[in-house]
Amino acid sequence: MLAKRIIPCLDVKEGRVVKGIRFVDHVDAGDPVSMAAFYDEEGADELVFYDITASSDNRNIMLDVVGRVAEQVFIPLTVGGGLRSVEDMLAMLQAGADKVSLNTAAVENPNLIKQGADQFGSQCIVLGLDAIRSPQNSTPRWEVKVRTGNGGGITTGLDAIEWAKQAVDLGVGEIVVNSIDADGTKKGYDLDLLRFLSETVTVPVVASGGAGNLDHLHEALELGRADAVLAASIFHFGTHRIPEAKKFLASKGIPIRP
Amino acid sequence: MSSPTIAIVNYQAGNLRSVQKALEKFGATAKISSNPKEIDGADGIVFPGQGANDSSMRALRERGLVEPIQRYIRRGKPFLGVCLGLQLLLEASDEGIEPGLGVMKGRTRRLPEGRKIPHMGWNQVRFSNSHRVLGQTTVGRHPVLDGLKSGSFFYFVHSYYADPEERALVIGTTTYGLDFCSAVGWDNVTAVQFHPEKSGRNGLKVYENFVKLVTVV
Repeated sequence: MLAKRIIPCLDVKEGRVVKGIRFVDHVDAGDPVSMAAFYDEEGADELVFYDITASSDNRNIMLDVVGRVAEQVFIPLTVGGGLRSVEDMLAMLQAGADKVSLNTAAVENPNLIKQGADQFGSQCIVLGLDAIRSPQNSTPRWEVKVRTGNGGGITTGLDAIEWAKQAVDLGVGEIVVNSIDADGTKKGYDLDLLRFLSETVTVPVVASGGAGNLDHLHEALELGRADAVLAASIFHFGTHRIPEAKKFLASKGIPIRP
Repeated sequence: MSSPTIAIVNYQAGNLRSVQKALEKFGATAKISSNPKEIDGADGIVFPGQGANDSSMRALRERGLVEPIQRYIRRGKPFLGVCLGLQLLLEASDEGIEPGLGVMKGRTRRLPEGRKIPHMGWNQVRFSNSHRVLGQTTVGRHPVLDGLKSGSFFYFVHSYYADPEERALVIGTTTYGLDFCSAVGWDNVTAVQFHPEKSGRNGLKVYENFVKLVTVV
């Protein structure tokens, strides 16, 4: 049976993990390689690295990080942040990433998805979708937000579900959907958004933004029909550990990889 | 043999580094190569693959690799196909018009509708308790799966699956909408639909077993 995936997400700035783990004494919480190895050992099903380096001069640091992680960690690795061209994607894949995640660059140039999928295959191309609820509508509607990197962002007016459909047609093989409304609240994922999206697109949907406890992971997978859950703070800050999360989900009848 | 040389056939962009690192972990000298001579001279080859049937077969042809790979397999040297590297062993594919390598009879088919495609993530592989050696059915687990429990989880990413005519070649089966062949193995040839280099400890065991096979041949 296909297992639902638990994916820790690490923000990397100039080669160091920011918002590092608090509870692990024996690993360097700022070192992406130690952190990746730790999560692999814990039973993480995949890893996502977001490069939040502000200056493009320092992008090569990320290639080095990915290369060193890939030497030690043998689970799938997705890298996002700052990828703007086919050359950027190629460099990341050659360094050892299995998938690349496109967000703002894909909204600004949707053809980038098609170019990437044509050259590397859809399985390599992930759409990072930041969605914000439009309050004025009686039926739920979400808009795409871009350039959300530093707490800001621009609302595009683009309908998030329509954009996701278009991105699938262009060739993305997976969608990580991040609810701007839920992100950081620890009150749970936006389940309406997840369910809408998961029922609309044919590719796997990964839930992101809002997880504060294990029930939230369960809701996203069960009610939100997500194929995987991305989480940062509940694992990084030691609120919960991955084996504990998997045990909990298994007890609720969710198929997981033990 | 001290350190066997294993060539990783390079014919399309993608992450080959993980395959290389996995082989090196078990003492092999792993070379990423698109040079037919270098591939011919290797003690074993890993034939990876992602992307589409047609572009991959064309890339193999452009690099003059079709015949060397077929010959390599005929010569009885250890061969491990991964993902598309399993599908391309068949004669034809639903995914395109280019014929495959034709090492096995049968074709590559599209996974059935009704579930998310690609089939992406960790799924279980049930192992067969027999495998084919020199045309004879041999009781016991195929050596590349040594030390692994039937039902172990491996990482998959694919939209098509291999459907070989000779069912005796199938050494692993997985369920996703239907039961499909997730591993084949006979004589010197092994090929798997999942990505052992992305399947954590279980996957590394497959590479360890393959390096052992290459070392004893």
